[in-house]
Amino acid sequence: MAYQLSAENQERVKEIATHYPHPMSGILPALHIVMAETGWVSRDACDHVAELLDVPKIKVYEALTFYTYFPQKPVGKYHIQFCHNIACNLRGAEDLIQHLKDKHNIQEDQVTEDGLFCLHRVECLGACGGGPMMQVNDDYYEDLDTEKLDQLIEGFKKSASNGKS
Amino acid sequence: MNVVGMGEQMALEKIVFKNLDIPEMTELKTYEEHGGYKQWKKVMQDKVDRTELIDTVKASGLRGRGGAGFPTGLKWSFVPQDNPKPKYLLCNADESEPGTFKDREILEKTPHQLIEGVLLGAYAIGANTAYIYLRGEFVKGWKMVEHALAQAREAGYIGKNVMGSGFDVEVWTHRGAGAYICGEETAMINSLEGLRGEPRLKPPFPAVEGFYRSPTIVNNVETLATVPKIIENGPEWYTQWGTEKSRGTKLWSVCGHVERPGVYEVPLGYPMKKFFEEELGGCWKGRKLKGVIPGGSSVPFMLPDEFLDCDMDYENIAAHGSMLGSGGMIVFDETACLMEAATVLATFYAHESCGQCTPCREGCGWVLRQLKDIESGQPQPMAKEILFDVFDQIFGNTICPLGDSIVMPIKAMMEKVPEEFEYYIREGKSMVTGKTRLAHLAKPDKPENYRRGEAFKYPRAEDFTTDFDKVVHNVERGPEPMFTKLQHEESTEKGDSPYAREQKK
Ligand SMILES: Cc1cc2nc3c(=O)[nH]c(=O)nc-3n(C[C@H](O)[C@H](O)[C@H](O)COP(=O)(O)O)c2cc1C
Ligand code: SF4
Ligand code: FES
Repeated sequence: MAYQLSAENQERVKEIATHYPHPMSGILPALHIVMAETGWVSRDACDHVAELLDVPKIKVYEALTFYTYFPQKPVGKYHIQFCHNIACNLRGAEDLIQHLKDKHNIQEDQVTEDGLFCLHRVECLGACGGGPMMQVNDDYYEDLDTEKLDQLIEGFKKSASNGKS
Repeated sequence: MNVVGMGEQMALEKIVFKNLDIPEMTELKTYEEHGGYKQWKKVMQDKVDRTELIDTVKASGLRGRGGAGFPTGLKWSFVPQDNPKPKYLLCNADESEPGTFKDREILEKTPHQLIEGVLLGAYAIGANTAYIYLRGEFVKGWKMVEHALAQAREAGYIGKNVMGSGFDVEVWTHRGAGAYICGEETAMINSLEGLRGEPRLKPPFPAVEGFYRSPTIVNNVETLATVPKIIENGPEWYTQWGTEKSRGTKLWSVCGHVERPGVYEVPLGYPMKKFFEEELGGCWKGRKLKGVIPGGSSVPFMLPDEFLDCDMDYENIAAHGSMLGSGGMIVFDETACLMEAATVLATFYAHESCGQCTPCREGCGWVLRQLKDIESGQPQPMAKEILFDVFDQIFGNTICPLGDSIVMPIKAMMEKVPEEFEYYIREGKSMVTGKTRLAHLAKPDKPENYRRGEAFKYPRAEDFTTDFDKVVHNVERGPEPMFTKLQHEESTEKGDSPYAREQKK
């Protein structure tokens, strides 16, 4: 069956759309809700959003493909977004990205075999003072070095095997 | 965030943003204890006249802190009050400019101060609805603002008929989704309408025709969060800091190779040298300074002399060849490779160009490819000339200033420290690190003379230009084609390409 949001989230989408003069404005908030529910946004989900908001499907596809925040295919349980922009770069982001690849075998734009991690390079996340930094799912981790990175990755692995997220 | 600078600040006290250093400022109770929402209450209960509010902000000399530095009171007064359409206030919390991270502090630490500013701003322009557009990645900031909004709603500061004044106001958050360009005000409006975040042509300016064609004011987080303090203390209080044209204080976010990165509030006009040495502790690890980009990645690069000589206000920084911009200072020490920095910046702008205008869409990609080729040790023939040519063609020829933004920092780097770029082109490796960073991108099948180390044997402009006097036209084909001739004449007269320049000689 085609993808559908939970009943509660469907209500939320409809409620949020009333914050604006036109339901078109509800597209981005709706996609955020889809992403929070499933971790990524599928074509099916776009159709569903278009139906909920009663807007043309193409408008939802347009938004999805313009905004890079919404992954268009499934991501790992821990979605690592590593900032490689100027301030983080100056403080050694490249070395840390290489470290993730070499030591932890987490490759760019790929989900690891166990489905736990995936790594994407992203542009400035607005935390340059704490560079090098990364975002894992919703949280920022700043002032990273190899030691801290190792600890974090181990921590994620542990909490995944404990069944927590 | 582990902002080192915050706890250790010595000489500079926070003024407008004292709240940033007070714990639990995210709670309504704490904020009210420190005098919060008093101004809003007063304005609502006394039914203060809108123009009076606007005049106060005008008199304070407050200028937009989002980058352009446009006087806020003046902007507000552009909203046509006789327009029957609803008016909107849009708070720009999209902060994505590399090097800038001041708004995030406000969102996460003192959201109520921002909300009070949003409410005052909305009332001043006669808007019943305000939106706070946050970048999608600021999940924590978004939660804090939502939390604060819920508290303010419950306390009756937001809603219908606020405190019996007859004024209705609603404030909603809206999350962006990872597009830097949505920080540009008209792109933000498009994005808020559910469209792709592509900037609009101006005029009409948003103050006249913005969100769903209604008058809309877009203001930065810092700008709006300053408003309650100005209303509270009066414009004279605010004008005691700063210079004639740059009044008040400004938040600076400092990052890169610096001893104490962080967010600092500095009176405008403060001497840069003093700030850099006393507050920031100079370059990290005792190294030497190579240069600074002072106002977020989109402004020209400055050399140490220029930088240390200037004062921290809009005019003085401009007089020293750069811009204050958003106040995001990126410091480079002697170990930084500017070639690499240029590529990193170009990668960012090429990724973030919305793709509407050809000079920006193609130009950013072109600049990036040239820089990558240089960094892979296989520069194109005349790489430097091509880069400057492309810069000229982008600059000033685009719908929004993003096109200019790729040009300003990189061009300034190439002009002010040319030896680093020339060395890389000539030797195929960095003058600073001695490495060829992108060697893995080099293509073995490139023609022999494109390979590293032979940059000087590359064909020069005259090898490419046709000597048109020697062209023999096929007489049997009839008259010379008009089109080719016209095109050629035009390009030699107007064009400023290296080819054209060579021809003129
Ligand atoms: C490419 C581009 C990106 C921008 N990004 C931001 C931003 O992230 N935050 C911001 O406040 N202003 C940004 N601006 C400036 C806004 O267009 C606008 O001038 C500002 O929000 C106006 O608010 P102010 O008058 O309070 O400064 C950007 C402008 C451009 C051209
Ligand atoms: S300058 Fe670039 S970002 Fe701005 S409108 Fe044109 S293509 Fe889009
Ligand atoms: S450059 Fe990495 S967070 Fe800004």
